[in-house]
Amino acid sequence: MPGTETHSPDAPSRPAARGPVVNDFSIQVATANGSGSQSSNTVLLRAIFQMGVPVSGKNLFPSNIAGLPTWYTVRASKDGFIARKKEIDVLVAMNAETAREDVLALAPGAVVVHDAALALAGLREDLVLYPVPFDKIVAPLTPDAKLRKLLRNMAYVGVLARLLSIDMAEVETAIGKQFGRKAKARELNVAAARAGFEHAATIEKRDPFSVRRMDATRGKIVVDGNSACALGAMFAGVTVVTWYPITPSSSLVESLIGYLRKYRVGPDGKATYAVVQAEDELSAIGMAVGAGWAGARAMTATAGPGVSLMSEFAGLGYYAEIPAVIFDVQRVGPSTGLPTRTAQGDVLSTAFLSHGDTQHVLLFPGTVEECFTMAVDAFDLAERLQTPVFVMTDLDLGMNVWMADPFPYPERPLDRGKVLSGADLERLGGFARYKDVDGDGIGWRTLPGTEHPKAAYFTRGTGHDENAAYSESPVVFERNMERLARKLETARSLVPAPEVHGAGKAKVGIVAYGSSHPAVVEARVQLQRERGIETGYLRVRGYPFAREVHAFVERHERVYVVEQNRDAQLAALLQLDLAPELAPRLRRVAHVHGLPLDARSVSDEILTLEAR
Amino acid sequence: MPTTVPPAGPAPGSRTNRIGLAVLDYRGGKTTLCAGCGHNAISERILEAFFDLGVPPERVAKFSGIGCSSKSPAYFMSRSHALNAVHGRMPSVATGAALANRKLVPLGVSGDGDTASIGIGQFVHLMRRNLPMIYVIENNGVYGLTKGQFSATADVGSKLKTGTVNELPPIDTCALAIQLGATLVGRSFSGDKKQLSAMLKAAVAHRGTSMLDVISPCVTFNDHEGSTKSYAYMKDHDAPLQELSFIPAFEDISVEYDPGTTTDVTMHDGSHLRLRKLEEGYDPSDRARAVARLMESARTGEVLTGVLFVDPDAASFVDALGMVDEPLATLPQERVRPPRAALDEIVEALR
Repeated sequence: MPGTETHSPDAPSRPAARGPVVNDFSIQVATANGSGSQSSNTVLLRAIFQMGVPVSGKNLFPSNIAGLPTWYTVRASKDGFIARKKEIDVLVAMNAETAREDVLALAPGAVVVHDAALALAGLREDLVLYPVPFDKIVAPLTPDAKLRKLLRNMAYVGVLARLLSIDMAEVETAIGKQFGRKAKARELNVAAARAGFEHAATIEKRDPFSVRRMDATRGKIVVDGNSACALGAMFAGVTVVTWYPITPSSSLVESLIGYLRKYRVGPDGKATYAVVQAEDELSAIGMAVGAGWAGARAMTATAGPGVSLMSEFAGLGYYAEIPAVIFDVQRVGPSTGLPTRTAQGDVLSTAFLSHGDTQHVLLFPGTVEECFTMAVDAFDLAERLQTPVFVMTDLDLGMNVWMADPFPYPERPLDRGKVLSGADLERLGGFARYKDVDGDGIGWRTLPGTEHPKAAYFTRGTGHDENAAYSESPVVFERNMERLARKLETARSLVPAPEVHGAGKAKVGIVAYGSSHPAVVEARVQLQRERGIETGYLRVRGYPFAREVHAFVERHERVYVVEQNRDAQLAALLQLDLAPELAPRLRRVAHVHGLPLDARSVSDEILTLEAR
Repeated sequence: MPTTVPPAGPAPGSRTNRIGLAVLDYRGGKTTLCAGCGHNAISERILEAFFDLGVPPERVAKFSGIGCSSKSPAYFMSRSHALNAVHGRMPSVATGAALANRKLVPLGVSGDGDTASIGIGQFVHLMRRNLPMIYVIENNGVYGLTKGQFSATADVGSKLKTGTVNELPPIDTCALAIQLGATLVGRSFSGDKKQLSAMLKAAVAHRGTSMLDVISPCVTFNDHEGSTKSYAYMKDHDAPLQELSFIPAFEDISVEYDPGTTTDVTMHDGSHLRLRKLEEGYDPSDRARAVARLMESARTGEVLTGVLFVDPDAASFVDALGMVDEPLATLPQERVRPPRAALDEIVEALR
């Protein structure tokens, strides 16, 4: 697997030395892209989930349609840790191209289930190898060679079920869920899993890993963050969706289209929404801005390169004060970067996206539940603040499946913000579009089509006065920019408040956001259990920063800002916002390699910096 | 040709239209464009068209990009909302707004640089969608605000004031629009009041993309000897294909015409566009031949004006999306937030 180091002497103690290991290990499946392994891996994950054991899955895939190597990691954790685990306990080696390298990277004591055709014997003496003749196992199932290739992958699920004591009934339920009404596919896959399961009866088990039923997943759902964002958008009442396909955001809109077709089309067959696949991201954001201006709840979804293209329109949205919601499912940059790998590298550029003194409101969901709730929040905030709002998710959150509590039905009515109707105008006798009548920096707007002779105003990206009239006056310009700054101040108290963990006595603080959350949760336990270091933890959920973020830094002597980029982008943003005397308290734990963050990297780095 | 702004239709207050508004109710701010700029005349024709047809100004939404032309929506119809977007990207904002509120009458005003140079990407995609909107290009072949550089509609051999000669072939926005699927395409001249008025009215009546390329001389940077977008050049090279007349749906259409010499087009709203042929054999319902004729005119140097293509019955983008009849923008919560049972059902499927 890319980025995996060969094992080091100080790797954690291996299972052989600590007896049976139940519900606390990771399985990595190495296959080729496009070989159907995604279905098998989902079945494996679901079967464990259905046994009540907390589980998480990470798909590490190439930017390719078929053929290149791909890895999928399933982690079972009785303690409920769902971050990526660096150490692989069980490897399923199905890909000849990477098998050797994958095996060499394992720590001693790890288990390898591998295709017997791969000559791995003798490569390592310190592993538990289980060669399996997958071709032979699936041969009787179908004469179709293409199908047999896919079924090999379901056969390893059966083998693992036997070896790890995963209930075959749960495997079959999961297959049923995966293939739905496709009866033929379901039958064949069940047969393949059973064939693997039967074959594995002949294997003598020589490893300590097993799954045992728990009750820690009752009531939970399994969902990816992109679908969660899509659902949030639908329940937020999105009406105009404009997009341009880009990994890893495409599945957000595709999922949304599926849900909209089902839940937002009336009995007369008419839709309460419009979806347009635009010609590029310039157009996608332009349409969203146009729709937001005309009063729709408008959104687009994209990733880094798309956000770069959206820069000019983002500035218009900010300056002309037009609501729009932009989902940025971040991937690794710069430039095209690693399109199928995860990062938090767009934070700084998005906060200031576009020229001049432009600043944006950002939301940082840290869980799939928050992908849902913050999608709802984003539409309310965009209309309340009359500005583009960016929901900063990432590939790890967006494209991997996560255990989650069922999403709460949004109880709060839609907040459509400050909009004057024709009747309001009649009563008021007119309005000034950019006048701060309420002291919060937010003016009142009217929607095109409002039937009143005084409803119209001229929306422009050029300098304008309170009445939206063109102005080059230095005084008018400064006053307007000060009002916009006031609006950003208002945003501090409107964006989702940070989540603070810890007893409040620790000297060491951790600040993190987004998909770094699970790794930080686990790292804090490691620091406490292994080194006795207590930490406070603040998870940032919105920008501009709430005042609580500053207070947290004030309360701690040292604050580690954990993030998935090279340049410590959130720490930089925070530094700009903090009182100068507090800024030196920030320490940077910032890395990007494209793989989801793991706890050990965080705790190790904090320990190193603590020792300084 | 006159180089001053033609007088506005009826004097303000002298009469009202069929919804009881005066021309004054369709006026805008004072123009800041040069005296004699073709764009000012086009602004007048636009507001007259809406006035004459009795379209409530509040129903019209004006869009523009960046440039002299794109400033002009501030100079007519102040009672209409306007969105002055970024350079070359007016089509996308107009599209978004048109989807948000299908009751709006979107009117886009762009220039040759804003459309054919920086904006060609959004322009071509707008044309292929057939979004119901009026798209007017105020075409003078140069960038006025940046002091007279060539745009992509400048003809081969046309000369700047500085003496620089354009060597690159022009983009013919009409030929492109016809090829890509726009359903009402015309070319006119800011100085041809009658033709432009009829064309604009037909555009208001049309349900689909109306793309009107209007030659609009830049009196400051491109009205000299050697220019192919000057008043003098148009006077010599304007080759009208038809004589146009427009009969609104609310007027008596019993006026007779000779089917041998005149084509009658029934527009979406029941009004009639009448094209009295000035060029024998030109068929404005034939896309391929229209494009061929435009390419031929580029060789001969004549500027074909008139209705180049019209298809009043094609499905528009808004129809194709199958949206509800009311504006999406103002649908109440109960129509856009699915009920609790829907979320329960979705969650159940994710267990």
